[in-house]
Parts: sequence; C-alpha cells; structure tokens
Amino acid sequence: MKEIFLFVFVMWILIIVGGGLLISIIAPLTISGYGKFDSILDSEIKALIAIILVIAWIFILSKIKNWIFHKQIKN
Amino acid sequence: MLDKIILAILVSAIAFFSVYITTPFLIKGLEKRNLTVKDYNRVGGAMVPRPGGPSILVGILTSEFTLYVFFPTAEILAILITTSLAFVVGLIDDRKVLGGWFKPVALAISAIPIILLGTYTPHLSFPLFGTVKIPELYVALVIFMIPVTGNTINSIDVLNGVASGFMTIASFALTISLFIIHNYDIALASLPLGFVSLAFYKYHKFPSKIFPGDSGALTLGAMYGVLAIVGHVEIIAAVALLPAVINSFLFLSSVKRIIEHRQIKSNPVTHTDDFKLMATTNKDAPITLVRLILAGGPMTEKQVGLVIFRLSIFSAVLAIVTAFMMGVKI
Repeated sequence: MKEIFLFVFVMWILIIVGGGLLISIIAPLTISGYGKFDSILDSEIKALIAIILVIAWIFILSKIKNWIFHKQIKN
Repeated sequence: MLDKIILAILVSAIAFFSVYITTPFLIKGLEKRNLTVKDYNRVGGAMVPRPGGPSILVGILTSEFTLYVFFPTAEILAILITTSLAFVVGLIDDRKVLGGWFKPVALAISAIPIILLGTYTPHLSFPLFGTVKIPELYVALVIFMIPVTGNTINSIDVLNGVASGFMTIASFALTISLFIIHNYDIALASLPLGFVSLAFYKYHKFPSKIFPGDSGALTLGAMYGVLAIVGHVEIIAAVALLPAVINSFLFLSSVKRIIEHRQIKSNPVTHTDDFKLMATTNKDAPITLVRLILAGGPMTEKQVGLVIFRLSIFSAVLAIVTAFMMGVKI
C-alpha cells in the first residue's frame, strides 16, 4: 500500500518542480526580431513547452502507475 | 476579527445542520417516489435512495446566502451561481442517461459566471518560486477547472461514504490553507463545503442510507473548483485532491477517452464468496484507484474506504505544507 502513498508524493514533487521550471525558465523567455509577431510567437512557444512538460508529467506518472500495479500483483 | 469568528461559527452551523436535518426528509421522499438504486457491493443488494444532491445544495445555499448578507462580495455570488448550475447539470444527469460529453461541456458553461463577475486573478502561484502571469490562458483554465473538479469528485463516488468523506478532508485542508495564506474572506466562504460534506457523510457512510448521485458529487466538486479559483489557491487545491486526481488519471490512461461510468463494459472490481471486494483479472477493465488498492488482495468496502481516507489525509497534509511553502521564496 505504501507505493500508492509514494505515488501521491511523487505527484506532489512533480507539481512543485513543474511550477519551478515554469516560473524560473519558461516564463522569462522572450522572443524578439519578428516585429508584431513577437508576442504571438512568445506565447505559442511558452504554451508548447508547457504542453511538452504536461506530456512528460503524464509519461512519468504512467511509468510509476505500471510499476506499482505490477508490484502489487506480484505481492 | 471577532465578528468574522462569530460569522464562521454561524455559517458552519447553518451548513451542517441544514444538511443534517433535511437529509432524512429527502431519504423518505426519495423512498416514497421509488427513486432508489441498487448497492451492488452490499450482501443482498440493498436499494439506496438517490440523489442526495438537493440536501447538499440546501446546505450550501443557506450558509452562503447568510454569508452574502454580511459580506456581499462577487466571489460569494460566483460560488452561489456556479455551484447551483453544477447542481442542475448533475440533476439532469441523475434523471436522464446522457452522453459522456454532456457533463464536461455543461460544467464548462457553469464556470462562465466566474469570468463574467471578474472574480479571478489571472496568475498562478507556485510554492517556492512565486507567480506566473497567464492572462489569456487563465480564462481557459477557469473553464477547464470546474469540469475537472466536478468530474474528479464524481469519479471517486464509487463506494459508500467515499465522496463525502474525501470532500470533507480536502475542503478542510483548503480552508486551513486559505487561513495560512491570510485569505480570510474566502476561508470563511469555504467553511460550508467542509461542514456540508461532513453532515452528508453521516448518512452516506457505510452502510449508506443515501447516495449523493451526480447532483451531489458535481455540486461538491464544482464548489471546490470555484473556491480554488476565487481563493487563488489552484495549486494547493490540486494537491489536496491528488487521490481523486490519481483515480481519474488511472481511469483515463486505461480507457484512453472520456466516457460515462455506465458505459464501462467490464467492472474493475468483483466480489469474493464472502462478499469482499476484489480486483478483477479482466485485462479490458479500466484501472481505478480502488482496483489499484485491491491489487494487493481482497478487502471489505469499509477497509477500502479507510485506505482512501488515509490517502486523503496524506494529501491534505501535503496541501497544508504547500500553503506554508507559498510564503517561502527561493
């Protein structure tokens, strides 16, 4: 059962780390040199990176879920 | 400060006792009209009245209206309107079999009053790192959040007492967190959610005398979502909700699409000869939190419920730790 608690804890850590990446790395990014398209490009790139982060988050959780499920069944 | 303490006691008492008093009448009324469903996890399959949503809504409306009389703020108005709309969505779903798309879309529409009343701050606060401004994206987040919290609570309403018990723990964690970050007005507005859930748990706990139904679960979930937005505690609210989020995540990652629970062909849980719950061996059945808990071996319904409550308390502690971390910057 402790694996499920670990799952919750890992999710919490991922939320904090994800927030840290968002604020300290992605948010300060600025795009320039494209004139009036600067702000649109800036938002789209940030949104894209955020989506990639969410996909990575889901991928990590899926791996943990599979590991817990197999471990529980083996026990 | 003293007036707010008195008001906190008053709205908590109104929320608790209005549900505590009206639910037995609702149970009788539902039984009289034969509005009951079978409890498949109970020996003999007892018929249980459903939905309990009306008494939950009465508790929320009476307490929040009382609060609104003393503090007429747009935030309380947003809580009242969005929660009521979510109740209507749930009630329609309780009465009629609708497609899997109905609830998310209708709940997204329920979130519009939050935007129209301007009761949100368009930035996300993260612990340790500060805030990030996302003006356009935040509006989408508001629309997205109410269906997510509503359906997340609805999806964990699978065993006697779990949805109301879980909501009690998560909402009190949210209230404590709101006090920690000094958002006293929304902390006050969040108290009725915990007390309404607690009073309903008295009748919903094993063996259930009433089921909340979609109207009850969506009302609780939507109110939780509105509080997270107007209280500006989105991340803390998500942390307190983690066991239910895991349940939704496991379900969606195994079925790979948004479907209604009634559309599931293979049940993730079966019964042993002595009527304990047991994880199915059917590979086509979706993975849920209950199935994950039961993967270790059969348990009684009450035991599974207690494991979920232990997980909820663990998440509640993490949410409160997160609230303390909001004041710390790296």
